[in-house]
Amino acid sequence: MDFSFTEEQTLLRNSVQKLIQSSYDFETRRKVAKSEAGWRKEIWQQIANDGLIGAAIPEDFGGLGGGAVETMIVMEEFGRGLVIEPYLQNAVIAAGFLKAGGSTKQKEELLPAIAGGESTYAFAYAEPQGRYNLADLTTKATKSGNGYTLNGYKAVVLGAPWADKLIVTARTGGDQRDAKGVSVFIVDKNAKGVTTRDYPTVDGLRASEVTLENVAVGADALIGGEGEGLPLIERVSDEAIAALSAEAIGAMKVLNDTTVEYCKTRKQFGTPIGKFQVLQHRMVDMFMNYEQSVSITYMVTLKLEEEEAERKKAASAAKVQIGKAGRFIGQQSVQLHGGMGMTDELNVGHYFKRLTMIDTQFGNVDHHLKRYASLS
Amino acid sequence: MDLNYTAEDEAFRAEVRAFIEQNQPQHLKGVKRGEYRTKEDFLAWHKILYKKGWLVPSWPAPYNTLSWTPTQKYIWNEENARAETPAILPFGVSMVGPVIYTFGTPEQKARFIPGILSGEVWWCQGYSEPGAGSDLASLKTRAVREGDHYVVNGQKTWTTLAQFADWIFVLVRTDPNAKAQEGITFLLCDMKTPGITVKPIITMDGSHEVNEVWFDNVKVPVENRIHEENKGWTCAKFLLSHERAGIAGVARSKNAIGRLKQMLAMEVVDGGKLIDDADFERKVAELEIDLTALEFTELRTLAAEQAGKGPGLESSILKIKGTEIQQRITELTLEAVGYYAMPFADPLAHNEFAPGPDYAEGAAQHYANMRKTSIYGGSNEIQRNIIAKMVLGL
Ligand SMILES: Cc1cc2nc3c(=O)[nH]c(=O)nc-3n(C[C@H](O)[C@H](O)[C@H](O)COP(=O)(O)OP(=O)(O)OC[C@H]3O[C@@H](n4cnc5c(N)ncnc54)[C@H](O)[C@@H]3O)c2cc1C
Repeated sequence: MDFSFTEEQTLLRNSVQKLIQSSYDFETRRKVAKSEAGWRKEIWQQIANDGLIGAAIPEDFGGLGGGAVETMIVMEEFGRGLVIEPYLQNAVIAAGFLKAGGSTKQKEELLPAIAGGESTYAFAYAEPQGRYNLADLTTKATKSGNGYTLNGYKAVVLGAPWADKLIVTARTGGDQRDAKGVSVFIVDKNAKGVTTRDYPTVDGLRASEVTLENVAVGADALIGGEGEGLPLIERVSDEAIAALSAEAIGAMKVLNDTTVEYCKTRKQFGTPIGKFQVLQHRMVDMFMNYEQSVSITYMVTLKLEEEEAERKKAASAAKVQIGKAGRFIGQQSVQLHGGMGMTDELNVGHYFKRLTMIDTQFGNVDHHLKRYASLS
Repeated sequence: MDLNYTAEDEAFRAEVRAFIEQNQPQHLKGVKRGEYRTKEDFLAWHKILYKKGWLVPSWPAPYNTLSWTPTQKYIWNEENARAETPAILPFGVSMVGPVIYTFGTPEQKARFIPGILSGEVWWCQGYSEPGAGSDLASLKTRAVREGDHYVVNGQKTWTTLAQFADWIFVLVRTDPNAKAQEGITFLLCDMKTPGITVKPIITMDGSHEVNEVWFDNVKVPVENRIHEENKGWTCAKFLLSHERAGIAGVARSKNAIGRLKQMLAMEVVDGGKLIDDADFERKVAELEIDLTALEFTELRTLAAEQAGKGPGLESSILKIKGTEIQQRITELTLEAVGYYAMPFADPLAHNEFAPGPDYAEGAAQHYANMRKTSIYGGSNEIQRNIIAKMVLGL
């Protein structure tokens, strides 16, 4: 058993930290989130140039050849930096689909452009009626000629305003919630029939509502086998959950450190408030919640390559732990900062909001408790 | 012991309900979360109640001619919550008003009370300072007597809706050498006085509710002092107990749970309704039971009050449980709406594109905003300290 990082992994972490320190201070982040574009293309390019988008992409396809641990390291540091740019959607999700389901041709054509930051993806899977059920789809893809025609509606597609390609889940067969009959397509965002309405999200990101109306794609737009997409989608979602867990522990760490520091310096009743035992115990609970979350993040990261049932259980377990801990740590950080914790000016509220939204992405605590129980 | 309402109570309820139905400002009915409201919107219901004579059922004569029993006041609150009438701002009618009629001179009463009641004068509360939150008595804003006025210097913060305020009631330090609580004075100050600056504080949900209020050589006439110099803490303590009494918000929480259930009936999960989901049902049931217990705790407090015992220190229970329940409602709402909690609805802008169902709009922001309730009005930690010390004798 070994939970230590290799020298390369430590170097990777250092380089991410350097990037955050040099160009991701909180004030800049706040400004960028409120700007017209909502992100910084030049930072995205730098993330690519530093090899971070390709950290877990094979060397043959333009990456550094790392794996889940490398993704975890980057996401954890991005969580600390509250990074806006769509790393999850590209390095984890788009690359994940291609690595696990793409043909050699698709990998050769598409992965290097992802690693290089030249093409940007968003994952259009959720639908208003589907909640967190990945198979609950009304979006349909029907065969036409050599390719397919897509029709449907996708909700809250994170990162879509910045994307030039969408990964779309759609039904090629089966009933609305069947496991069979789900397929995965790559769709150009500027293809005829794709309309998007963009908006900011509470945590400073951007999303779109996406309508697909008779969108024609070729046969080569399909990733994996027709109708066989669900296991692939579940796999990539579990990888996304592992990455989100890493992002969450990064955010939790900042909140815990900031809160402890604040309680040491903030004085009321002539003494630092950190001297009040009730607050000490609260911070101890925050600390334990964090440590438990780190543990489960390591666990899920190391189990992503296990057989399907084991991997699913690991991912659901992680999502439950992260969701509960994120809520507790977020709420208590605000509480212990008093009025200051409520402000937009202080970073605390921003981490609070990001942790709140992480619970929503790819299924919340309730959803994953059920999923876990059904697998046990 | 008797749980039933009397025939008079039932008649009273019918009368109140009919009045609300006929007079409620329709455009403000069930104002959506985070929706932008003007100064006039905030005051609309206040002014209607003032005209009817129903604004201050808890005030003494001669300002109030009603003699509603505690039960009737309870019914009144319930009916308002049920109809989702705009809440009455507390700063005038529940805070400074009672201080003035209790500690003010006849001249002060004649000068200030009419504006509080009519709603013509908007008040804000200048207690907290950057260095004095939970430890309010450590406040530093300084007032020095110079002839017939005080000169005030310092800073207040978290001042709710000061951007609309005409007047502010402030706690100032007049004797820096006395014990903390003994050198404080209660002043009333016109917000138009030269030297006052209001700076907005935006909260994490994007709204503008609170402000900094700066005092730079602000001249306040001595006749605006309530009670004696250095006796301001008496007024402050009196006011804080008033502030806590209304804070349980049982009736409004009941209504909010009703709304949550409507939402659950619309939300779909795996082809069924979220309201039929066993896990969610259980969470809502727990919340409802918690609220029922609080409701009866409040009724017991009311009954004790009716029997002539003032609101006890147990009012801290109402504050803690009331706010915990309000916060829990926002958590469950957030969970209920799924992905549509994510879109940001800017409370400072209008007509932005709001995806998802109407009821989901701003759910996460409301959840974030309501974290304030366990911080203000005496934080929930401070309330627990009060119970520990004053009730349990620890
Ligand atoms: C939205 C909002 C509106 C407000 N409106 C007004 C207003 O209109 N007018 C006004 O005057 N004020 C207002 N306040 C201020 C409010 O009363 C203070 O925020 C509150 O008293 C807490 O003070 P603080 O923010 O300085 O936190 P602190 O007092 O610094 O507290 C920080 C943390 O320490 C804890 N703590 C402090 N002392 C103890 C102790 N002895 N034991 C255990 N824990 C302790 C607190 O519970 C809190 O968790 C408002 C605040 C908010 C958030």
